[in-house]
Amino acid sequence: MTFGTMLTTMGEGMLRTILIFVLTLVGSLPLGMVIALLRQSKNGIVSGIIKIYISIMRGTPLMLQLLVWYFGPYYLFGAQIRNWRFPAIILGFVLNYAAYFAEIYRSGIESMPVGQYEAAQVLGYTKSQTFFRIILPQVIKRILPSVTNEVITLVKDTSLAFTLAYQEVFSLAKQISASQTSFTPFVIAGVFYFVANYAVAYGMERIEKAFSYYR
Amino acid sequence: MVLEMNNIKKSFGSLNVLKDISFSVDKGEAVSIIGPSGSGKSTLLRCATFLETIDNGVIRYMDNDIVLPGADGKADYSNKARIRQAKNCFGLVFQQFNLFPHYSVLKNVMDAPLVVQKRNKDEVYEEAMKVLDKMGLKDKADAYPYQLSGGQQQRVAIARALAMNPEILFFDEPTSALDPELTGEVLRVIKQLVDEDWTMVIVTHEMPFAKAVSEKVVFMDRGYIVEQGTPEQVFDDPKMERTKQFISGYQNQNY
Repeated sequence: MTFGTMLTTMGEGMLRTILIFVLTLVGSLPLGMVIALLRQSKNGIVSGIIKIYISIMRGTPLMLQLLVWYFGPYYLFGAQIRNWRFPAIILGFVLNYAAYFAEIYRSGIESMPVGQYEAAQVLGYTKSQTFFRIILPQVIKRILPSVTNEVITLVKDTSLAFTLAYQEVFSLAKQISASQTSFTPFVIAGVFYFVANYAVAYGMERIEKAFSYYR
Repeated sequence: MVLEMNNIKKSFGSLNVLKDISFSVDKGEAVSIIGPSGSGKSTLLRCATFLETIDNGVIRYMDNDIVLPGADGKADYSNKARIRQAKNCFGLVFQQFNLFPHYSVLKNVMDAPLVVQKRNKDEVYEEAMKVLDKMGLKDKADAYPYQLSGGQQQRVAIARALAMNPEILFFDEPTSALDPELTGEVLRVIKQLVDEDWTMVIVTHEMPFAKAVSEKVVFMDRGYIVEQGTPEQVFDDPKMERTKQFISGYQNQNY
């Protein structure tokens, strides 16, 4: 196999990796906010369920969670779902990352000075106006560094989809390396992850800059 | 009466902060509330502005009952709509300013009139520039709070409160976070508002200021109003022993 074919084959894997990455962020960033808000619910049952959910997501390996989402429907309910592999991967990633993002959001929300809420309350803002106009924009600025960390971890975690034999870049690197007895696929994969994370870090830095007009 | 508070009681757990407070503010009147730390002055303002809920008592704004004793004697708050209406009557200036750091000075002043009062943008802009001018901050309209001194930030906070066209303005120790020079510049704009006959209640530790500008002085201690009257009555001829103690205490500061 020439280097060119190797690169083309792995290129498809890279696209699949990017697909997992993008879909996970699109799902987990907003879902994390919903979870963070539900966790603060005055209803003890709701906040209790959310706390248990977060502790399971954080307390067990993502690799195991992926296996559970993939094989669970069959072993638990005898359900055989067609083309379940990819949805199971995305479900596993989104629910896992949403839990982490929820905790990051919570740390940001709880770090807000109570004076901001009181000023808004006295001026007559409703609760949702206060949240979306006053609190959320400041929370986003505060949590950006933690979010960057998490997003970089996600780039590397996409390789866990290999557990379900999904042909993303890491799976392909392993397969091609074994069949061609070559080290090159690992180098290609390594460069890919590094460049992807470099791009993520650069993008996040730009976003942080955009928020630096105030302190 | 712009504001009437009768027999207000408020406790935090077993700590009784307001024991039986009754006081009222007439239109155009400037009232100073003085007293030692922990006497309940700030709590009284926070109850008046609904940041805290009272346990017992009556609160009326513009002769509208907002809080009345319920059947069980406990304070019974009106529905949301009436409270919202009452909130429209007052503005509050905080000790720590509490400006919105992500908004420019102009947006800090304009946002609530636009979003909460849903007023016309051109009209709000014109008025915001007018109040900023009055506060001596016209050239700071595009600045962000972090770029301003404490005194300037507090004047923005006053502008923000004024832009809502309140019937009554509350000041909760507006200069306690400022050095003496900045304190002076903030007190001067408050004095200007007194001269313009704004109705206001000022919780303050600035005794000479309270004596010079207010029409009524309220002295509080340990959750009670000990004495109230004109500045001359309270400062120069206090009737109660506790008031005398407090007034002479700050006048004869020996180090």
